[in-house]
Amino acid sequence: MELLFSLVTGVLSASGIYLLLRGRTFSIIVGLVLLSYAVNLFLFSTGGLHTHSAAVIGESAIPADPLPQALVLTAIVIGFAMTAFIVILAIRTRAELGNDHVDGKQGEEGDTR
Amino acid sequence: MSQHLLVLPILLPMVTALGLLLSGQTPSTLQRQISIFSSALLVVLSGFLLMRANSDVISVYALGNWQAPFGIVLVLDRLSALMVALTAVLALGCIVFASSGDDARGSNFHGIFHLQLLGLNGAFLTGDMFNLFVFFEILLLASYALLMHGGGKARIGAGLHYVVLNLVGSALFLIALGVLYGITGTLNMVDMGHRVALMEGDEAALASAGALLLVVVFSLKAAILPLYFWLPATYASAPAPVAALFAIMTKVGLYALLRIQTLVFADSPAATLINAWLWWGGLATLLFAAIGVLAARDMRTLAAYLVLVSVGTLLSGAGMGHVPANSALLFYLVHTTLIAGALFLIAELIGMQRGKAGTRLVRARLLRQPALIGSMFIIGAVAISGLPPLAGALGKLLLMQSAESGQRIWLWPLLLLAGLASLIALSRAGSVFFWASYKGAPNGPHISRLQLTGVVWLLISAPLLVILGGPVSQYTQATAEQLASPQLFIDALLPDDTALVLRSGESQ
Repeated sequence: MELLFSLVTGVLSASGIYLLLRGRTFSIIVGLVLLSYAVNLFLFSTGGLHTHSAAVIGESAIPADPLPQALVLTAIVIGFAMTAFIVILAIRTRAELGNDHVDGKQGEEGDTR
Repeated sequence: MSQHLLVLPILLPMVTALGLLLSGQTPSTLQRQISIFSSALLVVLSGFLLMRANSDVISVYALGNWQAPFGIVLVLDRLSALMVALTAVLALGCIVFASSGDDARGSNFHGIFHLQLLGLNGAFLTGDMFNLFVFFEILLLASYALLMHGGGKARIGAGLHYVVLNLVGSALFLIALGVLYGITGTLNMVDMGHRVALMEGDEAALASAGALLLVVVFSLKAAILPLYFWLPATYASAPAPVAALFAIMTKVGLYALLRIQTLVFADSPAATLINAWLWWGGLATLLFAAIGVLAARDMRTLAAYLVLVSVGTLLSGAGMGHVPANSALLFYLVHTTLIAGALFLIAELIGMQRGKAGTRLVRARLLRQPALIGSMFIIGAVAISGLPPLAGALGKLLLMQSAESGQRIWLWPLLLLAGLASLIALSRAGSVFFWASYKGAPNGPHISRLQLTGVVWLLISAPLLVILGGPVSQYTQATAEQLASPQLFIDALLPDDTALVLRSGESQ
């Protein structure tokens, strides 16, 4: 499970960073979302990976650490709000600047950077 | 009652913000009065906090009465009291200035402004790493909204960069927190510092990685060289009272850097690395900011680069990492924050009276009140470029004195050159605005009484800091000494030996 977990986290953050480095606001937003998924998964794993162990003392032999679960919940809520905000901001930018390039400049025709 | 004093700087802006947000989007006279009254109350409150911190007690407030290291605690030491007081003073000036009409250009200005104060005060007071992250997000979210107050192409464009960069910064922050929590099993700063100091081998290496990730995040907020490119455009395009408040935003980064440097990673292998990064990064920022100051063609951009000069100065001071340097940089920090805020406000006044030319450094219409604005400008210019007799000179002198001989070769010339560059750029700007402008009759609006009050409130700090130089430098000296002894924090936060019992239980 450790291998799968770290692979998923790694692939998510790699794709997130790749998309972040592109020039259009849409891909940047998708990149940010992927990155925040990766971060949430990573945060969740910081308490150690267990199966069949609740975060309640006495329910199982080794209780899971409840704190990362609380942290990840907070991170998800904040990340969700931020994503909503940046989507609106991107729409506003598109309306104000006339295109969706981050620098507000339209590239050459067929330039998909 | 007095035990709850600690949580009031967070509660007061929160309640004010909620009330203001619910009472309508456009600012009414009543809203402005409430907003000004609340931030004035915050100044008084932070005065009490300063007095409490000055008695050398580290006060701890356990939220929900969950004791450290399990619950979230607020910690008031000298440094956080100083930062809260500085924020309150700066914010009062900005709010008074904004109440003259800037607040009516968009919606909900006052409410969001107080949310920003909530985030700032929370970040300065919290003693918990994750709580620090949450308050960072609050202050960032409020700053996004404030930055785009009033709209416009430049603001939206710069705002997008600012938001994306800070979201990436937040992701990094969470990764760093995850690493550190995974390795130490605690989020309390003091407890974390205690545990990091005991680590060896692989664990210590992981902790160092987490520490350096945190340094990257806070460097982005503080705007060190490779991470400062967002700052000039953002600050130059922000509405004046917001840009003035943002003078404290880079200092939040610096505050967090000082905290992790002295409290969390003081006894870990990462300490020397952090110091080296801050030292060289600070010096490089100083150099590039000086070039930027000379190249700026707009008074707002110029003021933004002056903020960067102060960031470079402060961070190279932090990079030295000893008590006299920290004391000097805290003294300089108070001065430079207030004056940089005042400069943004003065730039707005200049732009207001020059019509279409705005704050660009070109010949244009004469100002309506050249004598009044000119004298404020010259006080601000002398103060920010660090000339005697104002406090900037004192701060720089203290910092230069505290440098050790090997460091002096780098710090002295760069610091003095940056001062010279600021002086040249500001005198050029001043002569364009006040002497070389000739075209047309002055017809801009007069400065309103509120605007004048706001600027003078911030500018008065320059002479005041000279007059009160003795007590203030004593305070900063004591602050630096307090920072240098983490044992005081351990005694205050972890009074019984619960933490030690837990730790020995783990190792068995």
